[in-house]
This record gives sequence, structure tokens and C-alpha cells, in this order.
Amino acid sequence: MTASDKASRPNYNPLTKPAPELWRDPDATPFVVFDGITKKFDDFTAVDNISLNIYKRELFCLLGGSGSGKSTLLRMLAGFEQPTSGRILIDGVDMAGIPPWNRPVNMMFQSYALFPHLTVENNVGFGLRREGMAEADVKRRVKDILDMVQMGHLARRKPHQLSGGQRQRVALARSLVKRPKLLLLDEPLGALDKKLREETQFELMNIQDELGVTFIVVTHDQEEAMTLATRIGVMNNGEVVQVGEPHDIYEYPGSRYVAQFIGSVNLLEGQVIVDEADEVKIQSADAGCILHVNHGISCAPNQTVHVALRPEKIQISHHAPEQTENCMQGVIEDIAYMGSLSVFRVRLNSGKEIRVTQPNFARDMGARFTWEDRVYLHWDIDSSVVLTV
Amino acid sequence: MQRRSYFLNISATLGFIFLYIPIISLIIYSFNKSKLVTVWGGWSWQWYVELFKNDQIMDAAMLSIKIAFISACLAVVLGTMAGFALTRMGRFRGKMLLSGWISAPLVMPEVITGLSLLLLFVAMESMFGWPAGRGTLTIIIAHTTFCMAYVAVIVQSRLSDMDESLEEAAMDLGAKPSTLFFLVTLPLIAPAIISGWLLSFTLSLDDLVIASFVAGPGDSTLPMVIFSKVRLGITPEINALATLMIAVVAVGVVVAMLQLRRTEKSRVEE
Repeated sequence: MTASDKASRPNYNPLTKPAPELWRDPDATPFVVFDGITKKFDDFTAVDNISLNIYKRELFCLLGGSGSGKSTLLRMLAGFEQPTSGRILIDGVDMAGIPPWNRPVNMMFQSYALFPHLTVENNVGFGLRREGMAEADVKRRVKDILDMVQMGHLARRKPHQLSGGQRQRVALARSLVKRPKLLLLDEPLGALDKKLREETQFELMNIQDELGVTFIVVTHDQEEAMTLATRIGVMNNGEVVQVGEPHDIYEYPGSRYVAQFIGSVNLLEGQVIVDEADEVKIQSADAGCILHVNHGISCAPNQTVHVALRPEKIQISHHAPEQTENCMQGVIEDIAYMGSLSVFRVRLNSGKEIRVTQPNFARDMGARFTWEDRVYLHWDIDSSVVLTV
Repeated sequence: MQRRSYFLNISATLGFIFLYIPIISLIIYSFNKSKLVTVWGGWSWQWYVELFKNDQIMDAAMLSIKIAFISACLAVVLGTMAGFALTRMGRFRGKMLLSGWISAPLVMPEVITGLSLLLLFVAMESMFGWPAGRGTLTIIIAHTTFCMAYVAVIVQSRLSDMDESLEEAAMDLGAKPSTLFFLVTLPLIAPAIISGWLLSFTLSLDDLVIASFVAGPGDSTLPMVIFSKVRLGITPEINALATLMIAVVAVGVVVAMLQLRRTEKSRVEE
């Protein structure tokens, strides 16, 4: 599955009801508040003045490359790192000075961090026993949660006798068994193979719906973020560059960084020639035509901007379409047949390379276009986005 | 498998012969019937029987075992603390120096360690009146001092290999630092601590030089007794005693090695 398939059906998940979309309500009380959080390690700024609200029952994904500060943000929530400045509130309580063992938060670690000397059931029961819960209750709670993640039959094994997927379930059970208000997941699916990942993604969403826990997931995998998240916060160099629902992030990226980080994109450079409230026209030497976009931007006249165009939104044809705007000409340089779709690399007259994907809705699609064909690329005015940054 | 060359076979054989011929001849001569050490007079157990009748040697052996046991226990506690501090205090000014110092007793000539401890004990006695005189207590302190360095190094290497997120996970699940140490950290470094204890026990049992410096007139450890007896001429009794000590030390070393190997294995499995 590509990211583009998912974007066409935002938040689609047959297993769960849609979450209450609290973040759209300006009066809603946020559950987790980052208020001007900065974290410095010596002279390196890992997290730079982040303010962010996360709401109850959300599954919020912090998405970013390595070194973007996403894990540091998570570790500050869990209490393993102290912010250099700023406040963190969880459920209205300021977390400053509260040690990890007193926070209403549990974390699932990237390495799973299962205690190698304890059995599965003792790993899961560890947190409950620290609360001083009666042994009979511990047993029952452990059994229930292990049954939920389908690990009940392996309760007496040691972690090294389990496969990667099984360890991951145990780690999940261990972090859920104390019924935390907030669950933090650090690259939860990183170590799993593709098939297991997809199963687990749905399972995570199921569990979240069942238990009503708020999830914050850190990941570098945009596909994982797209499927899981109610909202995504894209991070770069210690800053949150954009927050939004997966559909918005994909369809309306706010910057070139976000557009390129999530999915693949063609960027066309040009100068603004018409700038109205509800449309923009851009003269682009890259494209060799006028680019017409149906949303307004705020910019100076003749400013150089970029138009972001997703590969799947481009139509490819042998014959000149009726439109003259949003229409480019080029030669097919390369074709990759991927089964459900084909990817074309088209060299425009300007020398610019454009990536186009076409669904193979008929069997002979492959034969319709071939190498060295001269083709027209065109798209609708509501298919592209103008980026000023 | 690749065929091993003659050269390797011969080197290995020569090496082992060089190492073990003296020990093997000692073991054989401990069963010698003749009273003259260098003359073979047939097989006999009599020197072992004589040995167990010799109160001086038996007392020294008991004292050595007692000292080795106590100093191994103390060294394990102090060494674990030192190793823990060195891995967990993070980076600080002078860390290199400190970890260098910890392992210094490993390479320091025993004569120097022994002499400096003796001077310390004498100075302490004249200043505080403690430790009063020299004897079992001073030997225990001296042995703890140099064994601790071994334990610290072993524990430190185990700790630095340990995944720190295990401790974070325990904290996250509600364990305070003290509980966390006994429930998670200690079980995980237990193999290193056990091999550190066994090593300390063996080292203390074997030590002659340091003990000679810090021992008082009344308390002689087994190696000291053997050494003084040898100077008067070797009796077959000493051969029997040496054979028994070799057996004890060999068992100790083998158990420590197996323990370490098990640790390696479980580390790989983690």
C-alpha cells in the first residue's frame, strides 16, 4: 500500500469508530500540553521551543527523521529527561519535578526493554506489584491483558524464547496493564516485518478504541504515521513544522520539507503573476506553462514560489488536452511496473524530471505508454498546492 | 573444517607441556611413598594422612579460607558499588583518571601494594589506635582492597553492556531507584558478581606477598606457612597440600569461567 492510497480515504479504518475530533473544537481542554518546551544537551538544541496540545483519546504521531527531537520530546513526557525551559502538563498537572515512577504515563520502548530474567507474566505484572496490588488481582489483570494481546499461552516463557512479534506484544501488554492515562510508544513497529506491522497497526487502533487511552507515538515511518494517527506532528531540527490530520498533512503540506518528507512530490518553481483571494497563477520555466491553483496565498508580487504536485494526481496522455494551463510536455525516460500501479519518469522540455504514477486499471496499461514516448502531463486546478516556504 | 597444520599442533603441545609438567610432577610426587622428595618409592596416601594430622597446616588452611571468604564478600560489595558509580555517573571531569585508578591495583606490583598497606596500617594505629596490631583483620582489609579492583572491572564491563532502557522501563512501571536496583539491575549483573566473588576468593587464597607484609606474628595464612616450610626443606606433605590447593583453585577458576560464559550467552540471547 502506498501513502497515496491511504490519503484518498482519510482516517479510514473498518475496525474503529471515528475518534471524537476534539482538536477541531477550539474550546476543548487539551490533555497534554507542551508549553514552550526547549531541551538543550550542552550546546546542542534537541527540542526548540515547542508548544503543542494533544487531546484525550487521540493517537498522536510525532513524525520526523533521526535527530529531529521526537524521542527527546517523548522522554521528557516520561520523565527521563528534564526540559531546559518550558512546562509540560498532563491532565492539567504540571510535571516539573515529578519523577518517572510517579507519572500517570507508561512507555513502550523501541527495544521493548523486557526484563530478561523475568517470565512474560512477571514482566507484565511488574508494574502492578510496584503499586502494592494484591497478588490475586495482579494474576487476574495480567491474564486479562495477555489474553487481549493473544499471548496468554506463552505466559511462562522468558523473553529470549519469544519471537520479535511476540516480544512486541508483551511489551505492549506491560505498558497497558497499569491502565495509564497516557501511553507513549517509541517506534512501536520498527522491528517487525511488513505483514506483522500492518496487523499490529490495526490492533493498536483497536486497543486504543477499547481502552480509551491517549497514545503518543514516535516514528520515522510516514506510512505508519498515516495509518495510525488521528493527527500527525511533523518534526524537523527540534521544531514541529506542521500539525494536522493525516489527510491535511498529505494534501496540504505547509512547506517543501513536509511535502517531501510525506510521500513523494514534484516541486515546480515559478513566479506569481496573478494573486487573487481564491486563485493563483504562476509562470513556471520548469513546467513550461502557467500553473493555476485554486487557493489564495499571501505573498509579494512576482515572488518565487514552489508548486507541489503529487505523482498520482497527474494525468498522462498522448494527445494534447484542451487545457493550456497545468499542462506540460515531456518524454518518458523510465517506467517501473509495480503491479497495481506504474511509475513513470518523464523528462520535461525544460530538463526537469517529473514522477507520475498511474493506476493500472486495465491489463494493457503497460502497453499504452512506452519508453521515449512524447506525452502530455496535465492536472486539475485543485490538485496542486503552492508553497511559499 | 580446515586441517590444522603440524606447526600449530606442535606449538600447542609444547606450550601445554611447559605449563603443566611442573604441576603434574608435583601431583605425582605427592603420592610418593619415600620420605625423600626426589626419590621415587612407590605409591602411597600417607602424606595426605600426615597433612590432615598437622595442626599448624590445618589451622593456616582454615584461616586462609576464612580470610578469602570474608574479603571476597567485602570486595564484591565495594567493587560493585565502584563499578556502578563509574558506569552510571555519566561523563564528568576526571572520569578517565578514576577508572584508571580503579584498575591500578591489577597492574601494581604486589610488593608495593603490600608495603603501602603496611605503612598505612602502622600510621593509622599510631594516629587512631585502629587497627590494633596486625593480624587477620589487616589481611582481610588488604585482600579486600586489591580484590575489589577486579570486581569493579568485571561489574563495570557488564553494566556498560546492559541496555539502559531496562532500568528506565522499571522506573516507568513505578519502581523507585532502590527497588529498581534490587529487582532489575542486581539480577542482571549477578553473573558478573558471582564470577567476581570466585575470582576474589581464589586470589585471596593464593596471595603470599601482600599477606606477608600485613600479617601479624600469630596469624599465618596457608601460603605463608608453606613458604616458611619450604625454606627448611621440602617435605612430601607440602606436595600433598599443594595438590589439594591446585584442585580447589582449578575448580574455582573453572566455575568462574563457566559463569562468565553463561553471561556471554545470555547477553547474546538478549
